[in-house]
Parts: sequence; structure tokens; C-alpha cells
Amino acid sequence: MSTRIEKRFAALKAEGRAALVTFTMSGDPDYATSLALAKALPKAGADLIELGMPFTDPMADGVAIQAAGLRALKGGQTLIKTLAMVRDFRKDNDDTPIVLMGYYNPIYIYGVDKFLVDAKAAGVDGLIVVDLPPEEDVELCLPALKAGLNFIRLATPTTDDKRLPAVLNNTSGFVYYVSIAGITGAAAPDASKVSAAVARIKRHTKLPVAVGFGVRNAESARAIAAGADGVVVGSALIDVLRANLDADGKAGPNLIKAVTDLVSDIAQGVRSAAKMAAK
Amino acid sequence: MTVQQVNSFRTGPDERGHFGIYGGRFVAETLMPNILELEAAYAAAKADPAYQKEMDFHLAHFVGRPSPLYFAERLTAKFGGAKIYFKREDLNHTGAHKVNNVTGQIMLALRMGKKRNIAETGAGMHGVATATLCAKFGLPCVVYMGAVDVERQQPNVLRMKMLGAEVRPVTSGSHTLKDAMNEALRDWVTNVSDTFYCIGTVAGPHPYPAMVRDFQCIIGNETREQMQEAEGRLPDSLVACIGGGSNAMGLFHPFLDDRSVEIYGVEAAGHGIPSGQHAASVAGGRPGVLHGNRTYLLMDADGQITEAHSISAGLDYPGIGPEHAWLNDMGRVKFLSATDDEAVAAFQLCSQLEGIIPALEPAHALARVFDLAPKLPEDHLMVVNMSGRGDKDLDSVAQFLESKKKK
Repeated sequence: MSTRIEKRFAALKAEGRAALVTFTMSGDPDYATSLALAKALPKAGADLIELGMPFTDPMADGVAIQAAGLRALKGGQTLIKTLAMVRDFRKDNDDTPIVLMGYYNPIYIYGVDKFLVDAKAAGVDGLIVVDLPPEEDVELCLPALKAGLNFIRLATPTTDDKRLPAVLNNTSGFVYYVSIAGITGAAAPDASKVSAAVARIKRHTKLPVAVGFGVRNAESARAIAAGADGVVVGSALIDVLRANLDADGKAGPNLIKAVTDLVSDIAQGVRSAAKMAAK
Repeated sequence: MTVQQVNSFRTGPDERGHFGIYGGRFVAETLMPNILELEAAYAAAKADPAYQKEMDFHLAHFVGRPSPLYFAERLTAKFGGAKIYFKREDLNHTGAHKVNNVTGQIMLALRMGKKRNIAETGAGMHGVATATLCAKFGLPCVVYMGAVDVERQQPNVLRMKMLGAEVRPVTSGSHTLKDAMNEALRDWVTNVSDTFYCIGTVAGPHPYPAMVRDFQCIIGNETREQMQEAEGRLPDSLVACIGGGSNAMGLFHPFLDDRSVEIYGVEAAGHGIPSGQHAASVAGGRPGVLHGNRTYLLMDADGQITEAHSISAGLDYPGIGPEHAWLNDMGRVKFLSATDDEAVAAFQLCSQLEGIIPALEPAHALARVFDLAPKLPEDHLMVVNMSGRGDKDLDSVAQFLESKKKK
């Protein structure tokens, strides 16, 4: 049985275009706003949704996502609430894939077995856990695959050809290529280098390859989409969200529209790349 | 807790970096190739007599080793029990045990051809040691230090700057040591090919806990020889303070299989364990995953890391080295704690009776020595790791005493 993630990538491949993957932090700045935003994302052009699970010590994230996580925690977000948010999202959307992304400790404390059961029941399709490299597969990756969830691994510019097979082994759904060695929100990558890197990964796997880190607008999304199966945008959306908070950190009236407007714009970029590729 | 029966407590970690369930390599993929490269480079260096010989040379002529094993005669007389000895790591160049590890790591960085060095620091002693070795060997050095610690450890900030290091105050999270470690990891992720990350304690992803331990074992190895010379036998007990736990591991590890030796680690209890404002990960935490390893951590019910509190910046960390976590569970090391008040009282007493101003970190160990020693016979030999000197803490202690007076 294929998962929502596999179905979505297969459908987009048939359409001849790359996927737009959005990242937002669950509970940022509060549960209701974050849920309303997640619900609005597919209509704005998001093909897959990554929801951040906030953590106090996100060692691979830049300032924008660090701050988003702290806002969410301050707003009372917990892993229990993140799973509740996925259940609420699924009430009126059964086909947009949802990937939870974060760090291992909250899952470990929740209890791996219980988490996998609850995540699957809530309608989660895949997991990205930044601090679980293949060396730690027994912790969560193998149990997650057994539970029928995709386990999506990060490949980076430092993952050389010798190491790639180890990284790709047990990866499912798609491969998330981190286009620069650095933290989230850093400078835009060189699109030509990215497509070469995607080609290198594709020599080792049949899985779709989505590219993230440094995508900020329609133009950079278009450039990346031309050479990849998916484009991930995160920090740019969170920057817009933050700009729409009031002085007390509460959601302003235009927050959801401002973020979804940027998503629509980037989605146009992704789709125009497909047209260019078709020519 | 009864001590578990194993053939040896000194064989860890396994090839995946685990001490029982603790340790491991919980890092982002970007860092994995570096961690593996470091592991291989360290294994090669360890097997190379030339590397060891050069390290011994610098430890003797630059650091000033061996450090004395000193009989604390007036403290012993005051408490009327065990004979109290200090292992004088405070007399090392740069004023603490941290330099033992940094010497090993910087020489490894040079072997590996790394052009830039980064470090995190809490009290600043590891930062100063790193800045010192980088100055000696001509490596650029960036030290991440929580903004709160920059404020309370100004003398060490000035020392690092004088030595040519760049000190970057960290204003993310709680502005202390754990956040400095996050920032250092972010720097490493970003500058992965040319940068060496010199971790200051027996924590982080494998191979750091084992490597830092190996470099610090000189403390325990010397103590064994020196006690043999002074008293003709092994000590009966060892006491050391524990933040991450590198000074403690250095003293303890060579004695782990000498079952007659009782071993005590002392965590920082801050305002007291029941207050929740402390840095005692074993007494007040539980196993979790942070900074590359599984170990005892302070956290809430959702697995979010909580802020540690201690008057001592060097102990103000919500975790502990993974090998200590394992030794606790095995019952081989007994974990105790000391509050801010107790540490400051010990700081004053040691200064006034022995003419040695201890750092606030080992003052925590002394606080428990003052309870343990009077109950023990006069032929009991107790070694306390005097892991650093207290000049850096004079302001903190003066302010603490001033605030007590007002109350």
C-alpha cells in the first residue's frame, strides 16, 4: 500500500512538475493560528506540508526557526498538541501528506511505540528527525517503517558517494537534500550545483529528491524546481509570519493571508519551472 | 544502590559510542562525516607514539605537569577524620584541568590539518585553555559563551580576548552553556570542512566523551602514583564536582576497577533540588537525548530541556557526560549534590584554612567532603579534585555574600 507521500509524488511526476513542500512550526504563535495556516496551505499551492515539532534546543536551525519554536513553546505547544493539530487538519483534508519534522528528545520522552501509534492514527505520513543519522536507525527509523510511516532522511553536501548508500538505506517517501552545509535560513544555494547534487543522489536511488535550505521566493524556487522533484520553503514563510505578529507576539489580522500569498507566489515559481522543463 | 557485577568498568564505549544505553551519535547528517573523520583520526593518533610523546612534552613544559597531590593539613585537622588530599589541577597553566584535554585536541586538530578552531565555554576555563593553545600553535579561535556567563565571568572573557580569541556572546535560549554548545554546533554545521570543534567536557557525540576522558585520565594516573609515593597505597575515596564531568572522569576512570576505592561525584544543587532551580541532572533529571548523546537531562514532561541553575557557571548545564550516567546506573559512582550556599561556605573555608582560593566548581566537591570526612577514620585517604582556581569567581562570591547580608 502506498502512502499519501508516495501517491502525491507519483501524481506530480505524471503532471510533470516538482512538488512544493512548506515548513511551518506547529503552535507558532498559537494553536488556532497555526492550524488555520496549515489548513490554508494546500489551497495556496503547498503539495506537502511539513509541520515542525518545537524543541528548546534546535541545533541545526537558524534564528528564524529557533524563534518560531520558542514562540510555539511559549504558546503552550507540546507534542501531544502537535498530534492533535494533525487530527484537526485531517477532518477536512485526507490527501495532503503531512510530515512531522523536529528533534528526537520530545519523541523519546513521549515514548517511541506510543508516538508511532498515535502519529499514524492522527494522520501523519512521515517523519524527519534531524538528530537521528543512520547510525541511530534502531531508535526510531526502523520502528517507524514497521508502523507504516515514511522516514525521510536528510542528505547534505557532506554526504559523499561512499556514505550516500548508508543514508538512503531505510529512507522512504522522499530524500530531503539540504542544499548547503549550514543551518536553516542561510544563504541561497547555487542552482546549478544543486541540480548536479540531485543528479548524484538520483544515481543511488529511485526516490524523489526534494531540495531545501535557502529558498526564499518564486525566483529561487523556480531555479531549484528545474532540477529537483520538490522544493522546500521554511524560513522565508516564518519570516513573513513573524512580521505579522503584534507587539505582544500575537497573530496580526493579515498573518494567514500574508504567508499564503508568499506560498502562492512560490508555487507559481515551482509551476513555471515545470513549463520551462516541458519546453 | 548495589554495585553491578561486571568484569571491568573501563572497557566502554562500544564501537557505536554507547555506555550501556547512554552516549551515541545523535547529530545532524551534515556533521556525521566529520564525526567519523574525527574518530578515525583520533584512533590513529592514539596508536602513534610520536603523538603521545609530543603531548607529554607540552603537558610537562607548557602546562606544568605533573600537578602536585597536596595534603590539606588544616582542613584535615578541622574535621578530625579522613586525611584530605587535593589534586592540584588549579596549578596548571591557565588555572584548571581543562588544558589537559585542550592540549590533546589542538594537537589532533593540527594533525588533521584543520585551519580554524571553535569551542563552547561556561565558566570560561575551557575557553581560556582553548584560546591559549590556539595562540601557542597559531590557530584562529572562536569561543561561544552564553551572554549570562560573559557577564558573570568577565576576567576570563578578558583573558580570551588578550590571547587573540574572538568571544561570541550567545543570546539564544537561556544564554548559558547549553546555548553556547548549540551555537558552536551550528557554527560547525556551517563550516564543516575546515573547522575543528574542541568540546570541553566528556559529553557530545561519540568519540568526544571517550576522547576527552582519555586526555583527562592523566589526573587519575598521576594521583595513583603520587598517593603510592606519599602513603604507599591506593586512596580510599575520590570526590569531584560534576557539570559535564570531565575533571571527575579524569580522576575516577583510572580507579574504576579498584573496588576498594569509593567514588563520589557532586552535582550543583543551586537553590536546592526541591526548588527546581539546580543543575543536578542525575538527582533531578532523567534519560533523554541532547547535544549528540543520550544521558541524564533536566527537562519537562514534553521533553523540552529546562534551564539549569547554579552559582557556578561551570556546572550550569542541564546534562552530564554519558559515561557518568552509566556509572550512576551501575552503582559504581555515588552522586551527591551541594547547594550554592554550601559551595560558597566551602569556598571561604578552603581559602582561609589552606591559602587556596578554589574555583566555585570544586567548592561544591569540598562542601560534601566536609560532611564525609569527619565520619571517617583517620587512616582513610580521601582525594578531592581541586579542578580549578577561584580568581574568576571572586566577584560572583562577593555579590552572593552581599545579597545574603541584605536578606
